Amino acid sequence: MKYKVNEKGYYGDFGGAYIPEMLYPNVEELRQNYLKIIDDAGFQKEFHQLMKDYVGRPSPLYLAKRLSERYGANIFLKREDLNHTGAHKINNTIGQILLAEKLGKKRIIAETGAGQHGVATATVCALRNLECVIYMGEVDIERQAPNVARMKMLGAKVVPASSGSKTLKDATNEAMRDWINNPVDTHYIIGSVVGPHPYPDMVAIFQSIISEETKKQLIEQTGNDQPDYVLACVGGGSNAMGMFYHFMGDENVKLIAVEAAGKGVSSGFSAATTYLGKEGVLHGSRSILMQTEDGQVVEPHSVSAGLDYPGIGPQHAHLFKTGRGKYVSITDEESLDAGLLLTQLEGIIPAIESAHALAYLEKMEFKGGENVVVCLSGRGDKDLDTYIKYFNL
Amino acid sequence: MNRIKQLFQEKKNILSIYYTAGYPNIGDTIQIAEALEKSGADMLEIGFPYSDPVADGPVIQASSKKSLDQGMNLKLLFEQLKDLRKNVTIPVLLMGYVNPVLQFGVENFCKACAEVGVDGCIVPDLPMVEYEEFYKGCFEEHNLSNVFLITPQTADERIHKIDGLTNGFIYLLSSSATTGKNLEVGDTTENYFSRIKNMNLKNPTMIGFGISDKQTFDKACSYANGAIIGTAFVKAIESGNIEESVSAFMKKFKS
Repeated sequence: MKYKVNEKGYYGDFGGAYIPEMLYPNVEELRQNYLKIIDDAGFQKEFHQLMKDYVGRPSPLYLAKRLSERYGANIFLKREDLNHTGAHKINNTIGQILLAEKLGKKRIIAETGAGQHGVATATVCALRNLECVIYMGEVDIERQAPNVARMKMLGAKVVPASSGSKTLKDATNEAMRDWINNPVDTHYIIGSVVGPHPYPDMVAIFQSIISEETKKQLIEQTGNDQPDYVLACVGGGSNAMGMFYHFMGDENVKLIAVEAAGKGVSSGFSAATTYLGKEGVLHGSRSILMQTEDGQVVEPHSVSAGLDYPGIGPQHAHLFKTGRGKYVSITDEESLDAGLLLTQLEGIIPAIESAHALAYLEKMEFKGGENVVVCLSGRGDKDLDTYIKYFNL
Repeated sequence: MNRIKQLFQEKKNILSIYYTAGYPNIGDTIQIAEALEKSGADMLEIGFPYSDPVADGPVIQASSKKSLDQGMNLKLLFEQLKDLRKNVTIPVLLMGYVNPVLQFGVENFCKACAEVGVDGCIVPDLPMVEYEEFYKGCFEEHNLSNVFLITPQTADERIHKIDGLTNGFIYLLSSSATTGKNLEVGDTTENYFSRIKNMNLKNPTMIGFGISDKQTFDKACSYANGAIIGTAFVKAIESGNIEESVSAFMKKFKS
């Protein structure tokens, strides 16, 4: 399929494995084994069992009535916020921890931005009794204190990343350095569809359960597995890739990816990668990233820690460049307003990341009766401090 | 002939020094090169800084950041290097990450290297397949060597492939580690160095990562054509008079 990875690890012009030699043996081991392991019947059985009994899947596809009335379209929310640990991130960490076990790894490392991926990783490490080290930017440690506490309760060691902007990008650098220094027994659970091949493909496969379920649920609820629009927020882009995965080939389904504009795309405080970025290499793959003329990575800004990343996964870069996906952006304020709106209309407090996708509904024009699926990637408990400050609650 | 090839034909126990361009002060790049040649360095690796140096430890991260904050970029570096060959005759390589090269343009980069008298490059995150397909032609056209890294985990088959693809030397990492870790030569490391020595590669080898004093340097030289010192040197020049710190540092290796 033209939007999926080719045998060289590329999506069109994007992807590949731009890694120092020290990482080659680990990445190559993964590349040679990941499909074999994932396709194995025993692996599938264990994965789906855990998805059902531990994560609580399938997550509901909920027709949000009051939201639908407001916009004049049928707005379905894919409720990833109801998963165990409160976001879509657990789909990937369950998959990768099982894979790491098959590869005989004893130690797990991960990076985290909002802390959702860190919590999801620490959770599966507790579940499978593996050592767990989480790298997290100093700035994020401060603004996501409850998640830091969760990770510690779960037995993980949380290591602050104090270089650069002290956020997700720098946590990723530190995790890569750890992997270089621990080349034999460690598996790095990357939390998004970024990194060297095969990570973007592997993470997309584990997250694709989102769109796989959505299609079945749409048939049950509407009789048609092809909605008019599918929306999701994009930092690195894992919930969006999971949400788009089984719709990419349905060319009449419009895919809308919502990036974080921060304080505005031209403000100098933004994370709207496709708008501000250029092609280049970051964290092991060729993609689109925010950078200076000299190729130095620019520090992003978003009120949402999970979207505060200067790049996007290579598959997103490909969907963007081919025009298959529409990439738009939403400001900090617009997202917070949309978060409050969903809370008041539907009784659901969304993560600020997911609120970016919801906010774009305000900018769409519907004829009436269209079916629209929005990925509600996570719940907003972790963001209460930010909501409280913004709305003076 | 390429200066790198000539050096390996003529000398043993080669001492190569890495330093970050534009550090400690933005204008120090050439002065350090000249001081190093004067104090007996055999080869130089000048680092062009990158915002996200994942293969580097804290010392080189910090030097890169300071250099960037002081305004270093590839355009300025090539401007500074116009004076390189006035007084520097030893081989010089540029070392850095692939993204700045991509943005500068591979063709422009190779051309600029050749114009200022750079002999080769080390780009740790440029994969072999990419090099072969998109860079090799351009590197060869400008008589530039491209140096690849190998670690104790690199398989023999891959080492032979690297040996076939490069034409300067092979950079042996003493262990899989970010820069600045101390070299502990135990049995495993010795086995690895011996294994490489016995492979009879067509290219010479240099051992790097963790070499910081005369003892570790001599040890490395017993297994390879020489060794590379980076972090220890960058630390040694962070303050004080450049010429004095360079000369004091180099004396330790020349006794």
